[in-house]
Amino acid sequence: MAAVGMRNLVHCVLALTLAFAGLAAAYLQLGAQFVGFVQILVYVGAVAILIVFAILLTRGSESANTPMLSKGWISGVLIAVLVLGVLIYALASSSALPRGIPPAPDIAVRQVGDALMRRFVLPLEIVGLLLTAALIGGVIIAMQEPKKPAASPEQGRAQRGPTDPTTHSHP
Amino acid sequence: MSPLPGYLVLSSFLFAIGLAGALIRRNAILVLVGIELMLNAANLNFIAFWRFSEHPEALTGILFVIFSIAVAAAEAAVGLALVISIYRHYKTTNLDQVNRLQG
Repeated sequence: MAAVGMRNLVHCVLALTLAFAGLAAAYLQLGAQFVGFVQILVYVGAVAILIVFAILLTRGSESANTPMLSKGWISGVLIAVLVLGVLIYALASSSALPRGIPPAPDIAVRQVGDALMRRFVLPLEIVGLLLTAALIGGVIIAMQEPKKPAASPEQGRAQRGPTDPTTHSHP
Repeated sequence: MSPLPGYLVLSSFLFAIGLAGALIRRNAILVLVGIELMLNAANLNFIAFWRFSEHPEALTGILFVIFSIAVAAAEAAVGLALVISIYRHYKTTNLDQVNRLQG
């Protein structure tokens, strides 16, 4: 939970990974095995590594004496505390919470796969399309360098790719 | 007494910490980290309500969380690509210095 409070960015990401692992443990405790393991794979495995790479790629701009909080941080803390108070108040005054403990659901991963392949097959395809679009978009956004064109063969090929059809379309 | 309010309180704290991190930090990567924390708080709420619901065999909570994790992963990838692009352009990830639209 100290993921947002530390000065060193790598320490922040380590704390974030710890928080994600704790959440995965909470999912396993709640009986959602598949979501727990997906959480470990996606967040602890992929997103944390991605954030570490981004931090290492953008390193060098921050020095030790720059302020780490933004200008309006008092209002930010105030808003966060206010939101927390509203959530806790709504929780405490809610009457919709169930009183008893229902028996633990016996959900096998097989049932999850069954539901994914039958009832939720269209959302699954849409998510696959979205992930592909995000992958291509991320590569294109991170790859463009307006100042030095065609620095490496890969970038030259990637930059020539979109322009080739246009040149061919104007004979 | 079911332990559902405990999970909801934990999720509220996670959401508040993520919101504070997204609002007060200067570094753009830490803002993305705060957004990830908020998404995870929502996922924890989904799982907790699914576990203590009347019909847990409907699997809606689990499937919603799976799709939410996929969307969050896509968002993290695109967001970090944007941060790297901004860093190449401005040579900083400090959000208070990135204040021009037309660089």
